[in-house]
Amino acid sequence: MAFAAKLAAPGWYRAALSFPVGIGIGMGIVVLVRALYGYDPLFDGNAIVTVCLISTPLAFLVGIGCFDYWFRWASGAATIPEDHSGHGATSWRDYFKVNTDHKVIGIQYIVTTFFFFILAGLMAMLMRAELAAPGSQFVEPNTFNGLFSVHASLMIFLFIIPVFAGIANYVVPLMIGAPDMAFPRLNALSYWMLPMAGLMMLLSFFAPGGSFATGWTAYAPLSTDTPLGQQFFTLGVQFAGASSIATALNFLVTIITMRAPGMTFWRMPLLVWANFTTSLLVVIATPFIAGSQFFVLFDRSLGTNFFDNGSGGDVVMYQHVFWFYSHPAVYIMMLPGFGIISEVVSANARKPIFGYRMMAFSLMAIVLLGFTVWAHHMFVSGMFGWLRVPMMITTMLIAIPTGIKIFSWVATLWKGVIHMTTPMLFALGFITMFTLGGISGIMLAVIPLDIHVSDTYFVVAHIHYVLFGGSVFTIFAGLYHWFPKMTGRMYDESLGKLHFWLSFVFFNTTFGPMHFVGIDGMPRRVADYAEQFTAMNVFISISSFLFGLSFLIFLYNMITSWRGGPKAAANPWRAHTIEWQVSSPPPIFNFDEIPTVVGGPYEYGVPGAVHAVFKDKAKAPAATAPAPAGGGGAPPPVRTE
Amino acid sequence: MTRRDWALMLTLGGLATVAGIVLCLMIDWFPGQGADEAKQIDTLYDVLLIVSVPIFVLVMTVVIFSVWKWRAKPGDMSDGEPIHGNTLLEVIWVTIPTILVTGLAVYGWIVLDDIEDRKPDTLIVNVSGQQFAWSFRVPKQAGVPKQFATTELQLPRGRPVEFDIRSSDVIHSFWIPDFRLKSDAVPGLKTQIRVKPSELGPHDIVCAELCGLGHSTMRQTVRVVEPKAFEDWAGKQKGSGGSGEQAAVAPDTHTLADAASISKVGAVQ
Repeated sequence: MAFAAKLAAPGWYRAALSFPVGIGIGMGIVVLVRALYGYDPLFDGNAIVTVCLISTPLAFLVGIGCFDYWFRWASGAATIPEDHSGHGATSWRDYFKVNTDHKVIGIQYIVTTFFFFILAGLMAMLMRAELAAPGSQFVEPNTFNGLFSVHASLMIFLFIIPVFAGIANYVVPLMIGAPDMAFPRLNALSYWMLPMAGLMMLLSFFAPGGSFATGWTAYAPLSTDTPLGQQFFTLGVQFAGASSIATALNFLVTIITMRAPGMTFWRMPLLVWANFTTSLLVVIATPFIAGSQFFVLFDRSLGTNFFDNGSGGDVVMYQHVFWFYSHPAVYIMMLPGFGIISEVVSANARKPIFGYRMMAFSLMAIVLLGFTVWAHHMFVSGMFGWLRVPMMITTMLIAIPTGIKIFSWVATLWKGVIHMTTPMLFALGFITMFTLGGISGIMLAVIPLDIHVSDTYFVVAHIHYVLFGGSVFTIFAGLYHWFPKMTGRMYDESLGKLHFWLSFVFFNTTFGPMHFVGIDGMPRRVADYAEQFTAMNVFISISSFLFGLSFLIFLYNMITSWRGGPKAAANPWRAHTIEWQVSSPPPIFNFDEIPTVVGGPYEYGVPGAVHAVFKDKAKAPAATAPAPAGGGGAPPPVRTE
Repeated sequence: MTRRDWALMLTLGGLATVAGIVLCLMIDWFPGQGADEAKQIDTLYDVLLIVSVPIFVLVMTVVIFSVWKWRAKPGDMSDGEPIHGNTLLEVIWVTIPTILVTGLAVYGWIVLDDIEDRKPDTLIVNVSGQQFAWSFRVPKQAGVPKQFATTELQLPRGRPVEFDIRSSDVIHSFWIPDFRLKSDAVPGLKTQIRVKPSELGPHDIVCAELCGLGHSTMRQTVRVVEPKAFEDWAGKQKGSGGSGEQAAVAPDTHTLADAASISKVGAVQ
């Protein structure tokens, strides 16, 4: 009886039961439809797997309990009154439940995405092992193609995009003085779609014919003509995309409607601006990749001819639709990082962000321009030639708002009081490498050069300078910066710095040489290469292993510090933004009293300036005991000079 | 900031710029220059390097100098000077990059027009990509007495060539690194590149677009010979009368499963 009750209640028992139910439904639909049409055989493996890839994740989401409240409401049953039992986490088990607390969801996101980050990183190292010598060593060409496809897909859809959603989930409501996100149940649903998407991509390795092996770009008609593994990508992306869109809507509504009294748009911290603009990009662009993958799915499964040129389809159309999402996606993966860097640089340089309004305007400019550059990925694709020059010009123009941001961070350092904490090191490392990635981006925009280097290792180098040296370094900066807030503990500063320096050096020795081999004639996405590139590839491979090892320091630091690091003060960085004015970790409902915003977020050095006040000063814990690391816990408005 | 600080920063920045540019120009970036177009593209790249180095050095100089000059002493709880912005500076760092990228875009456009220009006396070569080999069909024209098909292409030095590129299965990308030119081979489309080979000898042909299992083995060579030698060679080729565009290619019957066995064989030379 107790067991039956457990099976009926939301949770892992019901979720476990949902798998066979989902598979049964999928199989049932296929068999029924095939029987009605009189198709033979009734059991078609490919069709069953395809439908099950839709029905099983949905069944799981129902099983784990994402839809319970809505189902009750929709069916007219009495809804369970919100008792806030879904808020907060007291043990690790609480992180494995459907939880509606934005802080719990934030940590669920971050831990889950790092799990996929580690797997995708290991795949990268396996590829580097294969590429350490020409010829075939460890993996078959098909496996190799699968490895780089899954590597990129996990890194993009299961790490960079959602980890930013995780950090923002934790920080943004606190920063704007809100008790939670606008739609907490939608927030939980967004999270739980992610592990499903990741699992689907990983499971593709077990599909007959191997995992999807057409790159994360899945260009048709290769993707419409490959074995079953491709379906795992086509459908996995749908779940990751739906998660992304739902979260972005949630951020938009939260940021527009739930800011604390007094927080005008021009008093929002730049992290909030960054997530606001990112969410605009996500909501507008993501449906396009969903569409492109649905077209592939229909071509594969339903016999449509979107990309079959023999039947009137258009091969280049795939690339237009795909890149109309996937170029803005680069900014989806970059703008939240810009926000993190603004927070870290201003707090650690003890200075207002230089040109705050231009920083916000440049984010908006990137959003607008980001939609006008997609075809620069297609200069050699055979698309109509006239579109190339306008796309070259818009691509170059987008360097200007990006340049504004770089120059403004650098100017923020000027005459500051610079604390070289671990997050600050990562921020400065980011500025260095993102500048390099931006420069190689300009080079790629110049059509005649792009004709030579497109689809080479030069592009591999560029994308890793932008997405690892760029995005991932901002992720590290953000995690170290908000680690005390999220866990209530301090991380180990020496290990953090060691992690930075090893990452910085080995990042550059791994990806720097890729520029050379690319220009020199080595194409990307190859399991084998010409003898002349051997020496450089050996060097890259060795660097990449050391680079991978440096990540273990981060992992060790995070785990041991979370378990037993020194207790963190409310405001170890003496920052002004609101999340630092509550305890570390914050109270379950964030604020006993909603703060009132009275000034800008970065008024460092301005005598008497405050960003937000709590009416009852005694309750604001900012002015409590000194912090154990990273400087004292002096109340932010006081200028102690 | 004393006058000495400025002098130090500007000197070091200037030296680093010069050193960076010299270093970047000394590096032998490209494979051999096999065509006239390659020379223009290599020069374009040099210009891009010369423009890029000062920008990177500027950012790095200010970052490193600031950290060196204004790093907090242990226990320093003070704040920096509350500088909120500087309109003139912001106008400058919008204007200068705008001018730079506009210049580069115009220059890039000019080079693009140049290398894609139609030239007289062009030799037409039909290229067909198929998992996982390139094949060529040279139609009857000046210097080619009759149409023929081959997988081991030769080209005359100094005569402009137009490659008309097609694919019979998935997307490939026809790339000759020594010529600096590539174009995707797209099912249902004819794409073109134009080039004037200038360097005798073999040049690699590489497939640059992921096309399946054997993608990394889809490599061949094209040999550039003296015009006389080309005409001799072309004259000796067995004619292929086929009128279809894909005359040189086997009928498109194989599936990807068959392709797997092809990939084991390696490049078709």
